[in-house]
Amino acid sequence: MDFYRSHVLVCGGTGCVSSGSLTIEEMFNAALKERGLEKEVKVVRTGCFGLCEAGPICIVYPEGSFYSRVEQKDVERICDEHLLKGRIVTDLLYIDKLANVTDIQTSINDVTFYKKQKRVALKNCGVINPEIIEEYIAFDGYQALGKALTQMTPQQVIDEMKKSGLRGRGGGGFPTGLKWEFAAKSHGDVKYVACNADEGDPGAFMDRSVLEGDPHAIIEAMALAAYAIGAEKGYVYIRAEYPIAVKRLGIAIAQANAMGLLGKNIFGTDFNFEMEIRLGAGAFVCGEETALIASIEGERGMPRPKPPFPAQKGIFGKPTIINNVETYAVVPQIILKGADWFTSFGTEKSPGTKVFALGGKINNTGLVEIPMGTSLREVIFDIGGGIPNGRKFKAVQTGGPSGGCLTSDHLDTPIDFDTLTALGSMMGSGGMIVVDDTNCMVDFARFFLDFTVDESCGKCVPCREGTKRMLEILEKITSGNGSLEDLDKLEDLAYSIKDSSLCGLGQTAPNPVLSTLKYFRDEYIAHVTDKKCPAGQCQDLLSIVIVDGCIGCTACARVCPVNAITGAVKQNHVIDQTKCIKCGACIPKCPKKVIVKQ
Amino acid sequence: MAKNFLTEENFEKLHKVIDEHKDMQGPLMPILHEAQHIFGAIPIEVQKVISDKLNVPLAEIYGVVTFYSQFTLEPKGDYLISVCLGTACYVRGAQQLIDKIAEMTGVSVGKTSSDGKFSLEATRCIGACGLAPVLTVNEDVYGRLTLEDIPGIIKKYQATN
Repeated sequence: MDFYRSHVLVCGGTGCVSSGSLTIEEMFNAALKERGLEKEVKVVRTGCFGLCEAGPICIVYPEGSFYSRVEQKDVERICDEHLLKGRIVTDLLYIDKLANVTDIQTSINDVTFYKKQKRVALKNCGVINPEIIEEYIAFDGYQALGKALTQMTPQQVIDEMKKSGLRGRGGGGFPTGLKWEFAAKSHGDVKYVACNADEGDPGAFMDRSVLEGDPHAIIEAMALAAYAIGAEKGYVYIRAEYPIAVKRLGIAIAQANAMGLLGKNIFGTDFNFEMEIRLGAGAFVCGEETALIASIEGERGMPRPKPPFPAQKGIFGKPTIINNVETYAVVPQIILKGADWFTSFGTEKSPGTKVFALGGKINNTGLVEIPMGTSLREVIFDIGGGIPNGRKFKAVQTGGPSGGCLTSDHLDTPIDFDTLTALGSMMGSGGMIVVDDTNCMVDFARFFLDFTVDESCGKCVPCREGTKRMLEILEKITSGNGSLEDLDKLEDLAYSIKDSSLCGLGQTAPNPVLSTLKYFRDEYIAHVTDKKCPAGQCQDLLSIVIVDGCIGCTACARVCPVNAITGAVKQNHVIDQTKCIKCGACIPKCPKKVIVKQ
Repeated sequence: MAKNFLTEENFEKLHKVIDEHKDMQGPLMPILHEAQHIFGAIPIEVQKVISDKLNVPLAEIYGVVTFYSQFTLEPKGDYLISVCLGTACYVRGAQQLIDKIAEMTGVSVGKTSSDGKFSLEATRCIGACGLAPVLTVNEDVYGRLTLEDIPGIIKKYQATN
């Protein structure tokens, strides 16, 4: 094996690829070759490092130097200075705004963003090259499968999973070991395991990162699940919107087949297992397990009533277990290191860690993995770096279109499945969107309803009709035509839809409305009684006015299409609110920037 | 759209794809994905072929094609502009971007321009939330956008033929 004195890790996750990391990687390879360093320094394309905000990210080991927002022109400098002469290019390093030190953070290990994290599901993301199976194996890969197949019975695997207390990371929080036990006990000549990689929650991208950064972990975990329940075939149902993840998983499956880690007689035992990728086609509801089954079978992705549960009657009518990507990602480590290791983090009822996708109005957007029980404040302020542009924290939305908003009163809540549900939100798949005081909560609720109306499959009436009516009421309110009665109607509808919808989509669709009604009722009231949007976001409720400082240049009056602006030259101008159509054409014309929406 | 995409060559490819998949369990979705890729759309003529060869009723295939947003009955324009309206992008102002693009290109969301040059769509989360707000034009990704960036991007594609 070749020995390299330095390694340059270039992030190959979607976030960094979108900001040009693959070109950076090519340029590193070319620049190293030019300097005759290609046998001394190796460039490695890894999965996501998590701190997407700072992308494209490159890390140079052994120093662990964390270069952020690397541009093409920086590559030569890093090669000449750091890799040739051994001098770290300090001005290109990531600036850790959270550390109260003036010293330069020379190593990734010192960066505050990572200090409070505990990476279990993301263990290999940003560490190994996901397209090389040997790198996964070097990090204990496929050892758990070897251990299970040669030293454990299927029941022992299930028992270990039950003992670990692992709960489904896709949002439901159902105990994984129990699910496996149901499927193991179900009678059937053929059984299936499936991986739900239809990550539809807008704003959550941990499943994508795991598949892109550590695809072999999913293969190993699905093989373990198959061994536990007696299945020989696995399906990964993955969003077609994730081309990089699809490609890397395909490569990983081919490599595992070539090495005999998939196929017949794995590890010389009589256990056989094969895997197949199925692509989703852009339907959020297919994240619901019975809809996912319908889609794999080649039908419209519509859910069906439960029971029978998939563990009894799943894909092609056979007993099936369906787990989420992040759930699978931790399974090999539980089997290898034991349930006691896993329960050493997290809370009693929710052991282990959880990955969150931090996004919205937050400084460090990206993926973070924390032990369950960490407070929202630690995640948003200590890891996430707080709110940009000095704005004020208003709310954090967890659980996507199925979840709800939490306010500053809840910042010290320890995060786990049960605490979030108790507050009217939910864990969901782990999207965490922060909003500041410029975001209108009524409009935010409308945004989610718009999403669910679009994605409702149309099978059951409460969801198909109910969510549409709720959206109409919300649109009425945000356009300034709502009344107090509408708020009661909204609430009534919300509870009816929750109680009577067929599947999880409809049962949770009203949550964003209910939680904003509960915690931000004053904003709703301001919209309906004062016809004002306190955050200044709902266009129909704003008026455009000229504040102090007008120099009377007439630029605004000349551009106004309805002649609503009057005033003599070099005199204060005013906008006639009865004529103004709020087109906003005057705003950019003002040299003094005194035309504002309020 | 004057372009003829229902060529004999494409139908040959389709027959090949169907033959490759028809013995697997649940072949419809993989075949539809391939068909969308070959033709750029799955119009009724294509559905009929799939229906005949798989022995699945046309109504059922039409139901599936129209259910999933990735399958289309008509081909998209040369440049498909997808503006991410995921939550992270939305709170960072993606709606204004999409409004501006619609205004500049004259194409409303979900539609294709009459010359077949641009299609505009709102997509749900492409998972690049770190770059929010994000849009893609075919394979090109543009992130950390502001309203001022939009005219430059659109003009770049308007200029090409």
